[in-house]
Amino acid sequence: MGDGIEAEGITRSRGGLAVLDSISFSLAAGSLTAVVGPSGCGKSTLLEIIAGLGEQDEGTVSVGSSDGAGERLERCAWMPQRDCLLPWMSALDNACLPLVNRGMGRSRAREAATDTFVRVGLEGFESYLPGRLSGGMRQRVAFARTLLSGKGVMLLDEPFASLDGITRAELQEWIGPLLAEEGRTTILVTHDLDEAIYLCGRVIVLSPRPARVVAVVDAPDTEGVERLEAIASPEFIEAHREVAGHLRAGAGS
Amino acid sequence: MNVVRDWVPPLFLVALFLAAWQVAASTGFLAETLGLDPLLVPSPSEVAAVLWEDRQILAENALVTLIEVVAGFALALVVGVAAAVGFHLFEPLRRAAYPLAVASQTIPVIVIAPILVVWFGYGIGPKLAIIALICFFPIAVNTLDGLRSVDRDLIGMMRSLDANRRRILTSVELPSALPNLFSGAKIAVAVAVIGAVFGEWVGASEGLGYLILQDNAQLLTDRLFAAVFLLSVMAMLLFGAISLIERFTIRWR
Repeated sequence: MGDGIEAEGITRSRGGLAVLDSISFSLAAGSLTAVVGPSGCGKSTLLEIIAGLGEQDEGTVSVGSSDGAGERLERCAWMPQRDCLLPWMSALDNACLPLVNRGMGRSRAREAATDTFVRVGLEGFESYLPGRLSGGMRQRVAFARTLLSGKGVMLLDEPFASLDGITRAELQEWIGPLLAEEGRTTILVTHDLDEAIYLCGRVIVLSPRPARVVAVVDAPDTEGVERLEAIASPEFIEAHREVAGHLRAGAGS
Repeated sequence: MNVVRDWVPPLFLVALFLAAWQVAASTGFLAETLGLDPLLVPSPSEVAAVLWEDRQILAENALVTLIEVVAGFALALVVGVAAAVGFHLFEPLRRAAYPLAVASQTIPVIVIAPILVVWFGYGIGPKLAIIALICFFPIAVNTLDGLRSVDRDLIGMMRSLDANRRRILTSVELPSALPNLFSGAKIAVAVAVIGAVFGEWVGASEGLGYLILQDNAQLLTDRLFAAVFLLSVMAMLLFGAISLIERFTIRWR
């Protein structure tokens, strides 16, 4: 089980430009939450602040009982938009990075990572360099790397944004059960409303920059339901309408 | 097919140039046009003949120059990479020393060379210092550029996965900077040969630079050309060796 996340009045400016405007929310430990908003509204900045990779100008963020950036960094695993695989390392060695970073020997780390590697469907591709993997496979390696960090909070920044529609749909279907199984507190930043509603229990809707929380929408339970079936259900369509409506209202405000 | 495409055009151009030179020199056209004694304008076949006849003296002197070049380049490589890493890790050091490193390149080597001979004598010392001085700059500047241009997301990802500063340097920044390092090394190794000749001109009793001076004084123009040819071959072979090492080191490109 992961840590809960509390954000209270997070405000951030960059180069004199307001990026985040008093963002507040509370996420229960083990919850799956999506953050959606228009492009460039500050979603990634928000995620970096929660991850401890950036500092807010005002407000507080706490992950579990930790509210300092350094402590948050210890508790959160951040998966950036691009897969950020190291091109000179094999797929398995890339996945092992968090273990080796913590001082585990390479061969022990490879052994420890094998189960996770199989779980993300990459068995047989251990020795492949990232350049030989497809976009979807690279994202799977990046996700395995995030899982192997063993941290209670996973912050996923548009992990499927660079993939084609078919691969994205496949990965959404693949990652859903994995996230549910893990039980870690997860924030997924995305601009794909279907992805947000299908994968997460709650959707936080942000306004255009400077980002404010426009609404928090509860998503229908899609656990164990196939993606196509889920997105065709009346509850899903209703949630989609609601989120889209809040996005439009936020853009107009 | 690639071999033909890559090698035929330059070889054809060289053959054309040599043929024109041969005709112009052997008919006396070149000497007449330049208003020189034909003795001073050897043809390629005469240079080739002296390359064979004086092979021992040329080889002995070429070996001396090669040792100087390789040792001076190796010194510059170690000092250049260490300086780049130092500048990268310690911002105040970069601010303080980088302008001095730039300034060191504004002083012509031919001016510094006699001073170094006065300080270090006629041994290999001043030659190494001159070569290292010439090679240091492209290696240090290119490596530093490589270190500073590493993707910020890679650093953030590694920090989020518990990597310390040393680990980020060794597993992300240095490998990422390798292409830049090799670019600098290829520029440096080509000019290292020029440095060795300067070093030998101001104080030496052996080496191809020294031999060029002797041949010039004795009007042995054909051997002078042969020595210049060997210097050029040496620079190209060293450049090729670095390119080969680059190809095997940066396998992911």
